[in-house]
Amino acid sequence: MSKERKLFLIVAAVLIVGAFLITTQMENRFYYKAAYVVLQYVVLATAWNILGGYTGYVNFGTAGFFAMGAYTAVALIKTWKPPLYLLLVMGGLVSGLLGLGIGYLTLRLKGVFFSIATLALAVVLQMLISNWSYVGGGAGTAILKPRSVPLFSNYDEFLFFVMASIAVISVAVAWLIEKSWVGRGMAAIRDNEEAAECMGVPILKLKLFATTVSGALMGIAGAPFSYFVVYIEPTSAFHLDYAVNSLAMPMIGGTTTWLGPLVGAVLVGTAQQIATVTLSSEMNLLIVGSLLVGFVVFAPDGLVGLFGKIRARLAGREA
Amino acid sequence: MLSFEFLLNALIAGILLGGFYAAMSAGLSLSFGLLDVVNIAHPAFIIFGSYLTYYVNEHFGFDPILAGLVFAVPSYFLGVAVYKIYYNSFEKTGAESLRGLVFFFGLFFLIEVILIITYGVDYRLVRAFYIGKSTSIGSVGIAYRLFVPFLVGGILAAVLYLFLTKTFFGRAIMGVAQDSLAVQLMGVDPIRIKTVAFGIGIATAVIAGSLLIIIGPVEPTIGREYIGRVFAVTVLGGLGSMTGTLVGGLILGVAESFTSSFFGPSWALAVSFGILLICLAVRPSGLFGR
Repeated sequence: MSKERKLFLIVAAVLIVGAFLITTQMENRFYYKAAYVVLQYVVLATAWNILGGYTGYVNFGTAGFFAMGAYTAVALIKTWKPPLYLLLVMGGLVSGLLGLGIGYLTLRLKGVFFSIATLALAVVLQMLISNWSYVGGGAGTAILKPRSVPLFSNYDEFLFFVMASIAVISVAVAWLIEKSWVGRGMAAIRDNEEAAECMGVPILKLKLFATTVSGALMGIAGAPFSYFVVYIEPTSAFHLDYAVNSLAMPMIGGTTTWLGPLVGAVLVGTAQQIATVTLSSEMNLLIVGSLLVGFVVFAPDGLVGLFGKIRARLAGREA
Repeated sequence: MLSFEFLLNALIAGILLGGFYAAMSAGLSLSFGLLDVVNIAHPAFIIFGSYLTYYVNEHFGFDPILAGLVFAVPSYFLGVAVYKIYYNSFEKTGAESLRGLVFFFGLFFLIEVILIITYGVDYRLVRAFYIGKSTSIGSVGIAYRLFVPFLVGGILAAVLYLFLTKTFFGRAIMGVAQDSLAVQLMGVDPIRIKTVAFGIGIATAVIAGSLLIIIGPVEPTIGREYIGRVFAVTVLGGLGSMTGTLVGGLILGVAESFTSSFFGPSWALAVSFGILLICLAVRPSGLFGR
């Protein structure tokens, strides 16, 4: 166990260093922008899966958590322009608290009601932000990127590195949860909440933990958003695409393991980047929607489950 | 300043809007309220109905309401097909809670994207002789574009109510809602009943869509705003109660009308979600709950 954990942490560290080394070698800015979006989805899909896949509560409000992280950062940038790591911490804190609040909702709301409540939360938050002129209101506001940053040749490369690190860390968090008693407790809640409670699983604590961690990761993913897009407005920050993608990617990859959302986000995210360039952004949404419905109907365990089945069949043939 | 007339006008507009909201939610009350099928895509089917209506109105000059009624028939079969997929993939295996929800969410998104690809994101509207005219009783103005949907919506809710309480099939639907096993023991196939009920739900959604485009111009993504509204009305009224749906619709309509009169239309959307959240937290079974 601890050997496995050590290996995993070493791989994580190697990946972060690798991301840094890439920025010293490659120049094309487009690739950094595209990779940033894909990595952002790795974070969102992994975060969604901690609550949705592990614990079984479907969150339709990903965009709300993401945008709250982004707008916390905007409010801070407007006041005193703190360094990026503080923005990440604050964005994670605000969205984490929001997640904690949503967690208490699970006391009364199960199944579809919880999902609608999260959607409601996102819509209400969007309206509040649209009416708050300090952060630009409905029309949005322009954010100036810092001119330069040490060690990196431009700010896009820096943002890519930051998002890559966040992605590695969130996958590591999901992995740690999954391999510990916390993850097993969550799975028990997903399968049968009453039975889990009877067996002494601290269901409220675990649910609050899941919603808080999930929300916080989404907020952290959102915090650098305003620097990335340069011009931020509520419609794009609260876009339904975030909710659909962060739910579709784990569904396509497989929801029960840390690998599922990662595979789903990398494959679907990359395909989307290619489709947006070669086809159109509407077509790429059509592809995601069809994939989502198709996978839910035909391959409910996602690619990871499909892969496992094929491997099991091959092994059976050999034996 | 605030005058009695102002309040009265807001109240009447709210009631008219409320009748339409009831029509919009009636189908969901049937499928979700009675049969536990979490059709989150309901608003998307409404918008779909609006676009069907727009298409025949634009090209052949069909009356919107007539178009809605005609399209209700093929939509019924569409609903039947959707339910068959849903049943075979999720309900049969008991996986409806998580994946069924995601399935309908995906369907919602797909319909929206397909409409965007076909018609773009521009607002579309229909023409009919009663749109744009209004009458006044005393100092209260009544716009026909609100009155006609109110009327049709009221009739729709009443017909559904009679159907559920007076006909064999309607009572079978109520029976499935109460005890599906008992219905089965009586020699009625609950799955067939549910299929029919879901089909009817989608048919009413399409009729509601034709009413929606009479009230105002429609674009593909406004379905999202109606998710909150239809679920607020359904939950507030008490799941599965047609009377409750009507009352819930009226409450939401009046509340929204007052909110937009006092605080501006940009806050109206918060009302439905606010009502929904409060209702779920305080009394999840709604006003007329079982």
